[in-house]
Amino acid sequence: MEPIANSLDAVLEAVLSKRRRDPTQLLQILREVQEQVGYIPPPALTAIAAALKLPRARVEGVAGFYSFLHLQPVGKYRVLFSDNATDRLLGNLDLLGTMCQKLWVEQGKVSEDGLVSVDVTSCTGMCDQGPALLVNGRPITRLTHQRVNEICELIRSRRPLSLWPQEYFRVEDNIRRKDDLLNTVLEPGAALAAAMALGPEAWLGEVQKSSLRGRGGAGFTTGVKWEACRNAPGEERVIVCNADEGEPGTFKDRVLLTSYPDHVFEGMTLAAYATGARQGFLYLRGEYRYLLEPLEAALQRRREAGLLGQGIRGQAGFDFDIEIHLGAGAYVCGEETALIESLEGKRGTPRIRPPFPVIKGYLGRPTVVNNVETLAKTVLIALEGAERFAAVGTAQSTGTKLLSISGDCAFPGIYEYPFGVSIEQILEDCGATDVQAVQVGGASGTCLASYEFHRGIAYEDVPTAGSFMIFDTSRDLFEVARNFVHFFAHESCGFCTPCRVGTSLLQNFMDKLATGHGAKYDLADIEWINRLLKAASHCGLGLAAANPVVETLIKFRPAYERRLQSLDFAPAFDLDQSLAEARRMTGRDDADAHLSSVEAHR
Amino acid sequence: MIVSGRKLRVATTSLAGCFGCHMSFLDIDEHLLELVELVEFDRSPLTDIKHCGPCDIGIIEGGVCNAENVHVLREFRKHCKILIALGACAVTGGLPAQRNHLDVGQCLQEVYHTCIGVESLPGGQVPNDPELPLLLDKVHPIHEVVRVDYFIPGCPPSGEAIWKFLTDLIAGHTPRLSHPILRFD
Repeated sequence: MEPIANSLDAVLEAVLSKRRRDPTQLLQILREVQEQVGYIPPPALTAIAAALKLPRARVEGVAGFYSFLHLQPVGKYRVLFSDNATDRLLGNLDLLGTMCQKLWVEQGKVSEDGLVSVDVTSCTGMCDQGPALLVNGRPITRLTHQRVNEICELIRSRRPLSLWPQEYFRVEDNIRRKDDLLNTVLEPGAALAAAMALGPEAWLGEVQKSSLRGRGGAGFTTGVKWEACRNAPGEERVIVCNADEGEPGTFKDRVLLTSYPDHVFEGMTLAAYATGARQGFLYLRGEYRYLLEPLEAALQRRREAGLLGQGIRGQAGFDFDIEIHLGAGAYVCGEETALIESLEGKRGTPRIRPPFPVIKGYLGRPTVVNNVETLAKTVLIALEGAERFAAVGTAQSTGTKLLSISGDCAFPGIYEYPFGVSIEQILEDCGATDVQAVQVGGASGTCLASYEFHRGIAYEDVPTAGSFMIFDTSRDLFEVARNFVHFFAHESCGFCTPCRVGTSLLQNFMDKLATGHGAKYDLADIEWINRLLKAASHCGLGLAAANPVVETLIKFRPAYERRLQSLDFAPAFDLDQSLAEARRMTGRDDADAHLSSVEAHR
Repeated sequence: MIVSGRKLRVATTSLAGCFGCHMSFLDIDEHLLELVELVEFDRSPLTDIKHCGPCDIGIIEGGVCNAENVHVLREFRKHCKILIALGACAVTGGLPAQRNHLDVGQCLQEVYHTCIGVESLPGGQVPNDPELPLLLDKVHPIHEVVRVDYFIPGCPPSGEAIWKFLTDLIAGHTPRLSHPILRFD
């Protein structure tokens, strides 16, 4: 065992010194150790804790929080099937079953020879080209039975991932409709030059005049956020780009980061110019690990062009640089304060607000957290002016919006529309017919039935971070809601009891209904849990967790009712079956040795 | 919920419990005299009535561990307008639910055959008299078997908590226990 210990020491030393033994880099250190070792063995936790001068429990607490970090071996090949509602439509569970069978492995367990493990994970952001999976963190899209068979062969023959057909790993942009943003060709530095010609105050004024609002879902006015950060007391300010695109069904940020990285990084630099920030982070979700190298290269190009670093575009004192932090499979880190905690190398537990990040954010510094798309949009404002920007869209929602369209339609992909576009129009454009419902805004968003398709995408009507999942009339919306409820139960960070327990109870009720044990009384209980989640949760995750159920209960109630027994209550389990073991042990089979599932009407 | 012209009828029972909650109920001491002015008891260890008739309030101590518990609980649900889970075992399964981690068949095997100091029955038989209720494979809180209206946590809930809860209920208020009488230990 000696050589292994030695090599672990060598790996640790290399990673720790690269990361300057900085405790805020803990998550990055853990991730990099795992990339080389395959998992994080307990002695590594001890060594990392000692090197960073942190309690070991803190290190293990962080390692245990993120679902892509493993404290036990997970096999040479770790296969994770994306399990979003849209992957379900495309038969991902069937493919997963096939793979488990071919590889002689049980879902969620490591094969006996330690070769492979197969499991599911939350939406990986490939909904327009699913079903998708991650193998050792790399995405494979457009899965078919044939492709799954080939993958099984490659795994069985222990072929290194670098020798797998590159075609597997191809991720398409699938841009179907371009508007102002996607049509812009940006000469790197051009937007920055325009803003710098105005000066920081006038540039900030321009952003405020544009009425640009956050594209991450909440829709806060960007100019107000920037100004608050600029005016907050403190020496060092921070710009964070939130690329933790975890909302099921969203993949627009992936496309921006793939094909428009300069827009995003220039937007961050524009934010730095307006606020006086010198430090920038891109928080990239772990599922997009494959984008790390191209993004690092884009950053390097910008540094070489004098667009990042000291004295940007030759202006003394305008210093700003960007570091990329990778997440590790935690949806809750998309919430800005949880994201900041994660950036600081901690568990992704949301903070109490206020103070808001613009006052006290990363390491207590005034911090702007903006969505990828929001930052890219600021480039448009710099290039074309606020008036031109605000002329598009609606009164309260200026500009355009990228939609990630997936599910039952002929042309899934990215569509850019001016705000105000109607659901009907979108459905027609993407070739969706016979539509039963559209889930807008992801699992925490809203479910629209056909009588609402005249409504429009805008903050004042149907707000969205960009997810747009289409379900035709053949689909069972109860199962869609159940998928989302399982998602929230899995992604609850566990910090507050109402959410940790409430999401699990909700999951149990949905499973009870799914197995045919449901009663009317359970629907009342679901509504009670919804009230509890809404009233007592610490952050938006718990607040929204019951939305998919509540909305479908209102709009698609028969999908629930047909699962109910016509009783006011039924147990979730089979009472008679519960006596089977005792019957076997006693050899009894008399009338008293049995129980009816429902009370006999005597 | 004062019903004009008659006293409220109350039934109580202990399922997979230790009677500790009933003991705590008796701890309301002199309030018992006030209580009998307001209610009369149907089936209860206090009356030794064997079966429950139509009642206003049913109070259940203990979780559900065997077939008989299921029958008793269903009888209470059928006859009581309001059903209350009293104490930790009724609310969560409590101490008896610790066996849920074990296989019930192996438990019986251990208790009647292999345990040191046990004299096995002839033929290695686990007792099988039809009078004996069969064990369920898991112990359940009562709300997993029937609909339950109110829950009073505590192991046991204090006499004070029980008195407050019942007087609220009898007076027609939604019962409300708050700190310090609401407790889970």
